[in-house]
Amino acid sequence: MSLSPVEGVALAEIESSADAGGPGIKGVVGRSPGQLAWLRLRRDRTAVVSGVLLVFFMVLGLAAPLVEMVYGIGPREQFQNLLDGFGMPLGYVGGVTGDHWFGLEPGLGRDIFIRLIYGLRTSLFIAFAAALITATIGIVLGALAGYLGGWLDAVINWITDLTLAMPFLIIALALTPAITLRFYGERGQVSSAFGVGVLIAVFAIFGWTSTARLVRGQVIALREREFVEAAKASGAGLGHIIFRQLLPNIWAPILVSFSLAVPQFITSEAALSFIGVGLSDETPSFGRMIYDSLDFLQTDPAYVFFPGITIFALVFAFNLFGDALRDALDPKSSR
Amino acid sequence: MSRFLIKRLLSATLTLFAVSVLTFLMFFALPRDPVTGMCPKNCNPERLERVRDDLGLNDPLISQYAGYMKGIVTGRDLGSAQGGRCDAPCLGWSYVSNEAVSDTIARVLPVTLSIVIPAAILWLLLGVGLGMISALRRGTWLDRLAIGFSLTGASLQLYFVGAVLLLVFVYNLRLLPVPSYTSLFDNPAKWASGLVLAWVALAFLFSAIYARLSRAQMLETLSEDFVRTARAKGLAKPTVYGRHALRAAITPVVTIAGLDVGGALGGTVITETTFGIQGLGRTAVDAVRSGDLPTIMATVLIAAVFVVLANVLVDLLYAAIDPRVRLR
Repeated sequence: MSLSPVEGVALAEIESSADAGGPGIKGVVGRSPGQLAWLRLRRDRTAVVSGVLLVFFMVLGLAAPLVEMVYGIGPREQFQNLLDGFGMPLGYVGGVTGDHWFGLEPGLGRDIFIRLIYGLRTSLFIAFAAALITATIGIVLGALAGYLGGWLDAVINWITDLTLAMPFLIIALALTPAITLRFYGERGQVSSAFGVGVLIAVFAIFGWTSTARLVRGQVIALREREFVEAAKASGAGLGHIIFRQLLPNIWAPILVSFSLAVPQFITSEAALSFIGVGLSDETPSFGRMIYDSLDFLQTDPAYVFFPGITIFALVFAFNLFGDALRDALDPKSSR
Repeated sequence: MSRFLIKRLLSATLTLFAVSVLTFLMFFALPRDPVTGMCPKNCNPERLERVRDDLGLNDPLISQYAGYMKGIVTGRDLGSAQGGRCDAPCLGWSYVSNEAVSDTIARVLPVTLSIVIPAAILWLLLGVGLGMISALRRGTWLDRLAIGFSLTGASLQLYFVGAVLLLVFVYNLRLLPVPSYTSLFDNPAKWASGLVLAWVALAFLFSAIYARLSRAQMLETLSEDFVRTARAKGLAKPTVYGRHALRAAITPVVTIAGLDVGGALGGTVITETTFGIQGLGRTAVDAVRSGDLPTIMATVLIAAVFVVLANVLVDLLYAAIDPRVRLR
């Protein structure tokens, strides 16, 4: 096997700059694009820091009941005795003490820290579920539209335009109570799981179009290539061509768009709660907390800051990681 | 060109038609009787029935829709309870605010325009400017500062930024009055001072996206051959960057700007709620809460019109910016 000198140098460079991947191995090591991307990601300081932060947030959200046990305070417990006559928390910075790390809510006197932990759990769950569903719908419809073209392509394109033209917040605001009423009637006690489900459904209806556009464009660029023709010539079916031939070639942009969609859904969920749809007060969520806190902007600013900073940190970490992922997956991208 | 325009406008009309049908179906399919929301307090059954009759809710759905559409195009006669004759862009009568919906819109639309247009100018200048500077000064501290700024802006929430701005400039430093809307033509100074926080908040968050996008585009364009050619034939740097490179780099920015501005004109719900300004977005939210069906219909339709028109405009701008684009 003869390597041209240029290739040899390039490979040697990759090998030498890779950290102690295989200390004992001498010579040229072949690596798949996935492995190369993983190496680049591991060497990127921003990616590592934001990745660790994200894992931390996710573990915190998943382990919320555990945190509650250790912390010793539940999200619905009220501490009226720590509030003054006007319902404002006693002490400094919104009542921050050793027992209540982020202070108390004015009025009801619930602990902000544990409510944030549960809010994190709600937001992350909704965002991941919505991102997964929209990605699935978007991939299937986008690939079909791009590969088959014709009237299907025209229809899907038109639906995309239509979805873009609808004001999302207003429609969601109108649709959410309507769906809830359909299932529960005027007086029914709405369970929080149902509220979460409705939110995810609304996101799914409106959110799939961007992934569909992305996938469609990528598929159109690939569909005339020889390997697709070869698959077709050897009798492959539609499913095989789309899922086994085309999709493996475009997973990188899909992964990046997924990682950037999650923070978008976190933001949207908060925005919806903020204008008063979304989840009931029973389910702790970021947007709801900020919305409730705005009334106390002058009297208890700490109450506004703790949820605001937490949601910023979460979305910031996601955005940093998404950017780093894009750089790692696309060797041509420049910083 | 004109053929393209006609084709584009036709498809835009089709989209708007679909939006109107969808909205109509969505709200009339609500299990709640739309009348209960429109009838003021102390409703008795007779009154309810009269309101329902006035609104034509006893007619079949298709003729209701046809009546509504006819009202927009030619105007129509509503019952005496709804203010009688309703002129050409007739959007119906709101029982909640007791006025013609077109009057409500005429009152709140200037508010949203006053928020969005200055904010959009600010965020485009800031975003594209920052993106260009950091692309030209790539790798310097200026570049890093701009990236940090845009990443922070992209991750912040409007209501949080708004809250902080309110706290600092209105409540603590008392530099600005509590945000409110005054007409530009009555008192320009008061108009600006009442809305400047909304502009800054919107511009900060939006410009972040534009800075990132235009930086990436600019970097890509700067490495192209035609930029080198332009430099090699002796053109000055400002001419090359400002005229040759910027023009090629800006097309995707224009697409996103069209969508963003079009969407924002349809109602900046979060901004208006945060700052307590009654524009199109707040009106829509209030209408949904009180079940004010004609107002909901009108706000959704107007929002859709803005988005669709912005899209057509973007296509036309494309042709103006990039001579390679042929409109067919």
